[in-house]
Amino acid sequence: MGDWKTVTVPVLSSDSKNIFQYTSEKKISPPNMNSQVLRLPLPSSKSMHSFFSAFCTEENIEQSISYLNRELTTLGFPSIYAESKGKELNLISIINCMNELLVLQHKNLRAQEEVEMQHLKLGSDMDHLQNCYAKLKEQLELSKREIVGLQERDRQLQSKNRNLHQLLKNEKDEVQKLQNIISSRATQYNHDMKRKEREYNKLKERLHQLVMNKKDKKIAMEVLNYVGRADGKRGAWRTDKTEARNEEQMYKVLLNDYEQRQKQLLLENAELKKVLQQMKKEIISLLPPQKQKPKERSEDGPVLSDLEEDIGELNKENMWELSCETVREQLTNSIRKQWRMLKNHVEKLDNQVSRVHSGAMNDKDVISREDHELETEKLELEIQQCKEMIKTQQQLLQQQLMSPCDDDTTLLLQDCYLLEERERLQEEWRLFQEQKKNFEKERRSFTEAAIRLGLERKAFEEDRGAWLKQQFLSMSIDYKHSENVTTPSAFIGTSDQDNRLVNSTSQQRKPHCMLSGPVSAESCQTSQYISHNSFNAALKKPAGDSKPNQWEESDKEETE
Amino acid sequence: MHQPSRVPACAQASCVQYRLIIRDVNTLQILQLYTCLDQIQYIEWSSDSLFILCAMYKRGIVQVWSLEQPDWHCKIDEGSAGLVASCWSPDGRHILNTTEFHLRITVWSLCTKSVSYIKYPKACQQGIAFTKDGRYMAVAERRDCKDFVSLFVCSNWQLLRHFDTETQDLFGIEWAPNGCVLAVWDTCLEYKILLYSLDGRLLSTYQAYEWSLGIKSIAWSPSSQFLAIGSYDEKVRILNHVTWKKITEFEHPATVTNPKTIVYKEVEKSPSVETERFSFPPTRALASSVFSTQSKYDISQVPASFQYIKPVADRANPKMGIGMLAFSPDNCFLATKNDNIPNAVWIWDIQKLKLSVVLEQLCAIQSFQWDPRQPRLALCTGNSKVYLWSPAGCVSVQVPTEGDFQIVSLCWHPSGDSMALLSKDNFCVCYLEREEVK
Repeated sequence: MGDWKTVTVPVLSSDSKNIFQYTSEKKISPPNMNSQVLRLPLPSSKSMHSFFSAFCTEENIEQSISYLNRELTTLGFPSIYAESKGKELNLISIINCMNELLVLQHKNLRAQEEVEMQHLKLGSDMDHLQNCYAKLKEQLELSKREIVGLQERDRQLQSKNRNLHQLLKNEKDEVQKLQNIISSRATQYNHDMKRKEREYNKLKERLHQLVMNKKDKKIAMEVLNYVGRADGKRGAWRTDKTEARNEEQMYKVLLNDYEQRQKQLLLENAELKKVLQQMKKEIISLLPPQKQKPKERSEDGPVLSDLEEDIGELNKENMWELSCETVREQLTNSIRKQWRMLKNHVEKLDNQVSRVHSGAMNDKDVISREDHELETEKLELEIQQCKEMIKTQQQLLQQQLMSPCDDDTTLLLQDCYLLEERERLQEEWRLFQEQKKNFEKERRSFTEAAIRLGLERKAFEEDRGAWLKQQFLSMSIDYKHSENVTTPSAFIGTSDQDNRLVNSTSQQRKPHCMLSGPVSAESCQTSQYISHNSFNAALKKPAGDSKPNQWEESDKEETE
Repeated sequence: MHQPSRVPACAQASCVQYRLIIRDVNTLQILQLYTCLDQIQYIEWSSDSLFILCAMYKRGIVQVWSLEQPDWHCKIDEGSAGLVASCWSPDGRHILNTTEFHLRITVWSLCTKSVSYIKYPKACQQGIAFTKDGRYMAVAERRDCKDFVSLFVCSNWQLLRHFDTETQDLFGIEWAPNGCVLAVWDTCLEYKILLYSLDGRLLSTYQAYEWSLGIKSIAWSPSSQFLAIGSYDEKVRILNHVTWKKITEFEHPATVTNPKTIVYKEVEKSPSVETERFSFPPTRALASSVFSTQSKYDISQVPASFQYIKPVADRANPKMGIGMLAFSPDNCFLATKNDNIPNAVWIWDIQKLKLSVVLEQLCAIQSFQWDPRQPRLALCTGNSKVYLWSPAGCVSVQVPTEGDFQIVSLCWHPSGDSMALLSKDNFCVCYLEREEVK
């Protein structure tokens, strides 16, 4: 609402004091507006009355009314005059204005109240915050002090640590030093000891010499009569033989000892092996067969059979006595394997048991068991089905065997049964025939080849014989006539000699075909022909070389 | 000085000053009495129990007496060579004398007039060792600051083998009972034990640790299967005869915690003196019972702790470590004594390789010995009681004597039926009844 300060009511003179008082009151205490404002809405009724009477008296009614009107219009209220310039008051508008003013007043009061409340709240908040601030400041101070203290302590401890480390190092160094001292002193003492000992030895030697010198005088043994030996035998001279015997004896003693020890060790070993075998058997028996089934399925026969083989082998008596590395290793390795399997199995069982006990049943296990059961059911069904099938088949078989059906059908049936076999046999027969033919062919070709070989051989021999004869003759002719004799071709030669050669070669044909062995025997038989012998001898050697040549020639002849 | 000596015989010898007394074992009746030339320091029976030697070190004389023929005599005079030790050879017909300063070992024969010398013997605790069957003898030697071992055949004293050992300063040698392995160990300054075969080959070397004090005592098991080595670090290490490697370690701590170990503790029984029985003058039995306290064994609760003594650091040969080791004759038990815990005997079960029993006594253990026939251990602690342990239990036996009888050592009869208990000046024989098995 307006500034109370500016309210100076020049119109009112008689009651200006009061107002002035009022306003001066306001003026004097502007900073305490709160309190003044508080006081404002609670004036006593008496003062109100006086106040009211102070403003409007009987003399200045019109002036006060016009003043009021002015004020109201400036505030935006409608005029209280009925007309714009009349003196008649519009009662309705006055009442309205009053009402409006009252409403306004109420509103203002309420707003004031609110503001005051907020003011109070803010004031208390402020106090609270100030308190907090103070406390926090204190805490901050405290913690700062604490930090400083801790830092100090930390520093002290670190320095202590460093000191201790240093001490430790010092101690270690000292220990090392002492050890060095000890070792050096030890060597010193040893050295001194040795020196003293050498001196002592010298003294002893000297003394020994002196004592030996005086030997004849005092050192003696007096005995009534010599006693026999403990074992009753006579004393023996010390010879090489006895020395050797003693050595032998010593070695015998040692060997006996070693043999005894070895025997004991062997016995122990055998016992331990037995125990291991037993353990192995027991472990294998303990292992559940379930564990082995999946293995069977996955790896089929070989694994089981291997295991069985191993077991079988190692159970043999003679394997025990072998103590070679491999057998030992086998046994221990197999036991280790079995033991591990058993351990795993037991651990699994333990886990299962613990799970059961704790109540937290894993679904997996349950399902697996169910699965297992389902599978077993399935397998049982299968087995039943198979059995039924077998039964029906058996029945059918029986029917067929026993039923008195037509011969045709029986024959047919029989034929049906035997058809496959027959076909197979026929095939095999065909194959067999083919092979036989092949063999025949081959045999024929071989025989032909052999005959050819023989003929060619014969030819070659004739040729060679003729050639050599020619040579011989030519040589002799040369000697006589000193003429060049043309070397005749292989097949040109005196018929007699050729015949002889042919005879001899024909005799030899067969052996040549078979073996080269009896050749010499045949050649001995035909020893009448001395020249032939030499020829044969000559022929024998290059036979190997000649053959391919012959072949070549024959080939050439054939191709031509 | 008293020194009885026992051998598989029906006789028992003891010497007093310069007199040798031979008694019957069962009745202790004096059978023979011999007089020697000087104070006897050492007596030993021959292996066939026919002869007994008396060594007088001061005079350097050894006298031999015969049991069968009392008028037979023999005197061996070492003269200026002096005498430090004397012993029989296994055949019972030769005497080995070690002269002063360990100059040489003289082998005197009682059958022939021959004398043999072994030069450069080593001056150590166990320098001569005979195999159990008496066939071979090992002698430790030292030449040119190096240790050697010579093996001799006892029948004709032929030198069989001579080899050097890799020891700094050989301390002792001992044959295994099977006569095939010789254990050679080094001085306590170095933990080293070497095992040689009968033919002189080095089989194995064992060294547990370096620098600290090493081996104090060793013992072979009667089957030659195990070799127990007691060392200054209060541990016993057991080697096996197959690989010569350590198979286990036995520790002797001051506190035993394993609940399976039985701890027998000796406690004093307050003597129950019945006042009515008092008579004047007091009888001997009463006097002894009043002045000597009975004791018995109580089973202590595990964990049990024992009196642990740490010896003075700067003395040589300190009283620490395993000083005594002994296997029982059936190979089942090993008895040990840790010198740091002088009042306790530790009995180990060898089959299980675990500590089986601990016997805690009131006084320090003086000596213990196993019965030669069965696993029965007798021990004495310097008082007038002898204590026996067997797997069945243990018992404390009071020796009924008048006055003081402080048992210092004991010695079993080879049959296991009796044992001799020795004090400084006296001895007594304790007979054990054999339980009749029905």
